[in-house]
Amino acid sequence: MTAQRTLATARRVLRQLSHDPRTIALMLGVPLALITLLYWAFHATPQTFDHIGPALLGIFPLIVMFLVTSIATLRERTSGTLERLLSMPLRKADLILGYALAFGLLAIAQAALATGLAVGLLHLSLAGSTWLLLLVAVLDSLLGTALGLFVSAFAASEFQAVQFMPAVIFPQLLLCGLFVPRGAMPTALSYASDVLPMSYAVDAMTRVSRETSVTGDLTRDLAIIAGSALLVLGLGSATLRRRTP
Amino acid sequence: MTWGAPARTIHRVMNSDVPAVRAAGLTVARGARTVLKGLDFTVPRGQVTGLLGPSGCGKSTLMRAVVGAQAKVTGDLDVLGRPAGHPALRSRVGYVTQAPSVYVDLTVRQNLDYFASVLQPGTARADRRSTVQRVLAEVDLTSRADNLVSRLSGGQRSRASLAVALLGTPELLVLDEPTVGLDPVLRRDLWNLFHRLAADRGTTLLVSSHVMDEAERCDRLLLLRDGQLLADDTPEALRARTRTQTVEDAFLHLVDQAAHRQEATR
Repeated sequence: MTAQRTLATARRVLRQLSHDPRTIALMLGVPLALITLLYWAFHATPQTFDHIGPALLGIFPLIVMFLVTSIATLRERTSGTLERLLSMPLRKADLILGYALAFGLLAIAQAALATGLAVGLLHLSLAGSTWLLLLVAVLDSLLGTALGLFVSAFAASEFQAVQFMPAVIFPQLLLCGLFVPRGAMPTALSYASDVLPMSYAVDAMTRVSRETSVTGDLTRDLAIIAGSALLVLGLGSATLRRRTP
Repeated sequence: MTWGAPARTIHRVMNSDVPAVRAAGLTVARGARTVLKGLDFTVPRGQVTGLLGPSGCGKSTLMRAVVGAQAKVTGDLDVLGRPAGHPALRSRVGYVTQAPSVYVDLTVRQNLDYFASVLQPGTARADRRSTVQRVLAEVDLTSRADNLVSRLSGGQRSRASLAVALLGTPELLVLDEPTVGLDPVLRRDLWNLFHRLAADRGTTLLVSSHVMDEAERCDRLLLLRDGQLLADDTPEALRARTRTQTVEDAFLHLVDQAAHRQEATR
């Protein structure tokens, strides 16, 4: 019963998106354009592209899914459909998993395209397996979905929801090791970097691109990403209230 | 949750003497304001009960309390023999909010199809399709079924929202101002539908409105003003008691009476 409600919700979310081809095009196309731009900008120093490329393949799915989920759930809250669904025999987990499933599928498509472009056409050096890279991208997107769902509870309007992106994502971007290696940061920031989930998203991508085998460190990174996604999903589900003031 | 038809009948017969809604000392606070002030009333089964009163008097809050969406409810509030908001009631109570709550970026049919699979997962696709077809006809939206909700007019959107509530054949339907902004013909059709649901399926309907002429169409009335009940009666009894011609006059009479009483006690 529950699985059917989850599947129905995922199908509904995808149907909503299917009526909005421009959003789909932006979600899938913008990362491709940015990766190409990056490749072009670092044309003279391909080793820099090899350094930043994998990190971006981890960051894109996280950011895009964060944005889409926070807006989609905010809409669900403000349009009254959430209140209606919660007055029906639907478990909160059915709803959240439905969203996670729909956006997870989209994330796979996005990650497959981005990876295909970076590795296939732009010769990004990848030591590990492409499948592993895809797995990391999907976990990153689930983390983005979880964060988006959570912050949407604190946004009363689309204006506020969009502002949560610099508030929640940018600090993680600055401290994830992309700009300054995590070990070279001031101690306080290095600790902050250790507790922010995006750091592990970027670390995992970097490891997959450099190491041929699955190391213990990679497994740990993946577990941390999945664990944070589940934790934040749990927190997000606590913000879906059946009774509101 | 799928209900076998015989089980449902037995269930109804067993509970038929329990009122659909029973409130005693129902009080609701929203922020610092007390919106409902110790209400006592019952809503009998299988009838159309109108909840009438000026806007801002607490109608929506009362309805939200009945469906279990309202926080900070004190006093007793039983719905179909269980405390309001009980998980077992979620498949037995249908609720339509004042603002249409459907997905604007889906077609009417896609909306109904989704809510139908939430209400009755595991139904065969063909059955679901015929249920959707039935409710589309009931709210007269068959010709717009494959239009996106965002392309519909305000009245059509509220009918799409109403259609969702008709999907699961609920025992209690709570409708918050379902006829606002509709033309007279459609309004009449909907009221006929409400009475048909009550007569044919034994559905209990609690319908709010701030338009007094709709009161005449109800079997029973709850008149609410400023969070207090002015009357809980049939329209005929109300007119007879206040010696007035219309429910609107009766309402005004009761408001004046309450004001007098307040002055006398001052």
